[in-house]
Amino acid sequence: MSKVAYVRKEMLQVRKPPVSQAGFLGWLKKNLFYSIGSSLATLLTVAVIGWLLYGLLKWLAVPTWAAQSLSDCRSIIAELARGENNAGACWGVIRDRGIQLTFGFYPPEHFWRPILAFTFLLPALAPILFAEKVPGRLIWFSALYPFLMPWLLWGGSVWVPLGVIAGFAVGYLGFRISNGLNTLFRIAICLIAALAWWIYAKEHLDTVMSSVGTIDLTPVKSRNFGGFMLSLTIGVVAIGSSLPLGILLALGRQSDLVLIKVLCVGFIEIIRGVPLITLLFVASTLLNIFLPPGTEFDIIMRVIIMATLFASAYMAEVIRGGLAALPRGQYEAAEALGLDYWKAQRLIIMPQALKVSIPGIVSTFIALFKDTTLVSVIGLLDPLGLTTAIRANQEWAGIVWELYGFIALLFMIVTFSMSRFSMYLERKLHRDH
Amino acid sequence: MKLSSTVLALLAVIVSGPALAGKLDEVRNRGALKCGVSTGVVGFSAPDAGGVWHGFDVGMCRAVAAATLGDPMAVEFVPQTSKTRFSALASGEIDMLSRTTTWTYSRDSDLNVEFAGVNFYDGQGFLIANALGVSSAKDLNGATVCIKTGTTSELNLADYFRTNGMSFDPVPVETDAEAIQQLLANSCDVFSTDSSKLNAHRATLENPDAYSILPEIISKEPLGPAVLHGDQQWGDIVRWTLNALLTAEELGVTSANVSDLAANSTNPEIKRLLGTEGELGAMLDLPADWAQKVISAGGNYGELFDNTIGSNSPIGIERGLNALWTNGGLQYSPPFR
Repeated sequence: MSKVAYVRKEMLQVRKPPVSQAGFLGWLKKNLFYSIGSSLATLLTVAVIGWLLYGLLKWLAVPTWAAQSLSDCRSIIAELARGENNAGACWGVIRDRGIQLTFGFYPPEHFWRPILAFTFLLPALAPILFAEKVPGRLIWFSALYPFLMPWLLWGGSVWVPLGVIAGFAVGYLGFRISNGLNTLFRIAICLIAALAWWIYAKEHLDTVMSSVGTIDLTPVKSRNFGGFMLSLTIGVVAIGSSLPLGILLALGRQSDLVLIKVLCVGFIEIIRGVPLITLLFVASTLLNIFLPPGTEFDIIMRVIIMATLFASAYMAEVIRGGLAALPRGQYEAAEALGLDYWKAQRLIIMPQALKVSIPGIVSTFIALFKDTTLVSVIGLLDPLGLTTAIRANQEWAGIVWELYGFIALLFMIVTFSMSRFSMYLERKLHRDH
Repeated sequence: MKLSSTVLALLAVIVSGPALAGKLDEVRNRGALKCGVSTGVVGFSAPDAGGVWHGFDVGMCRAVAAATLGDPMAVEFVPQTSKTRFSALASGEIDMLSRTTTWTYSRDSDLNVEFAGVNFYDGQGFLIANALGVSSAKDLNGATVCIKTGTTSELNLADYFRTNGMSFDPVPVETDAEAIQQLLANSCDVFSTDSSKLNAHRATLENPDAYSILPEIISKEPLGPAVLHGDQQWGDIVRWTLNALLTAEELGVTSANVSDLAANSTNPEIKRLLGTEGELGAMLDLPADWAQKVISAGGNYGELFDNTIGSNSPIGIERGLNALWTNGGLQYSPPFR
């Protein structure tokens, strides 16, 4: 029996790793300076970034906020005497026109209306986006929002949106009463009942109900919509309507009913095969020629409809991708459980297909939102259209970067939030561990 | 029963529409004139920070609104790009077009546009950096030229270089601002468009003296307000509104003295113009004092010119061809008789 010379009785304290391996220094060494080559590359990159930042900050940080015109800006910057590179931003244009770039020609005393409308968008979206974090009853507000928003933005009598809502109720009633008939037939009854109500309400409801009492918001013409508010209006409405339309189109494309299938395929392929700008030109010029003379069909409404159709065609294909990704077994399992078509879609197929399609859906949203700037080509004064109008004023003629920078910032905020949200949603819905 | 009557009602709404009435009645019923202007050209049309439009072309819209509705502010401005302007006119989306539009044969005949006259005689010129040492357009052989697409300038440019046996590289741009940026960045040697616009842009450069406008004017660009073919009365109203502005300048009627002259003038020409004598207004279905309203809206032609693009504005365009015929220019109005 050999004698054990030494046995440790207790565990050693864990020693801290050497300074060169841990903490900030360790991170630096591991990621940025792990070899001579990497050190050189790091230094070079830092130098380039620093140089760019220095130039940018020098351009950004100039006291030109109060300037009244571009020549004002130029003299302020010249006084700074910065040597040969006498460049600096002219922020006076943002002070003078920032509001216009945001709200267009919307009457200032009614600015609270678009602000309220787009603020309400958040609680309206919350039950859909963050379902588990908000009370379920908020979904009623979401359902109300599509009627609340146009009323706030365009104004008019409160009976107009209420009349439209009542139309949906009438349609639903028709659907319930015809219980027992063929589903397609019931849908037709529902549509006809709603349409009949709307035609009646358009003529009579306002006059009848105004005697009872009404809340009127000053009507604001679409021509006064402009700037970022216009982009948001087109974007929000088109995004909101393109998803349900896209789902219907995607389902229609897979339908067994030949006529529906052909219609959906034709619609998707035609709309996808045409550039958005063409559709906008159709909306702005061609449509008016087909309508009876004297018909005033709101230009923004026309543009929104075209943008919605365009986005829904793309959306349909994105969702079809999600549907195709589902294994055949899911459909069969739904049938085996005895679910009918709509129940199977609602409970089994769509939740999975939509989850798979989230990145594609959000990409389509972001693309659509950025595409709204194309409306400047047909003479609508969205932020990009307004830059031309602002430069046409003698005092701001010649300003380019500040305006585009400001607009880019506005768009960046919205699109970046959308993309972060889609990442959150993907994590939340991550089920296959 | 119910279904078929609903469908019928729908069809009736779609097919009938309102009865075809003249443009003047349409404008009066609406209470506003829909005027197509550019989305922004320095001095000609631009909205200020409060959203109110100003400029030479805008002044023309306001004058017509004053003549027809009695209120120069009763105008709904509908910004048009150079691509959408004629179809907007054809579809009735705008009542008149006042958007630095050149009067040409094909536009007049083929596009069914009726030009009501010429309110600005322009011509195409070249803006170039002095550093290039070019003093005549004849030396521009092989130059890169910034040129706006879809304009008459594009065609004129090609014609000019072909007739002079020279070649050029076009750099197509969409807007004036883009062209100026290209010019400043030396991406093109020279920018060619209407010389009034070149003047306006040169005035806003950081260093205007480093650039000059070449002496050659290579085209005729008679710019004017336009309406759609087919409604002669409406065309006459726009035409004679412009003529009233010109005649007012010729007779010395200004926005300052118009009401005074209307009351006290003994000059029969002035009395006819201002409607204190004769029945001229009624012939166009306008009130007798329509020209007074037109002149008080933005002044006579000379005042409008000076305040928006001429000597009282930073752009400072000379009257030149746009002076009255009595001062050696081309602006000449038929008589009010």
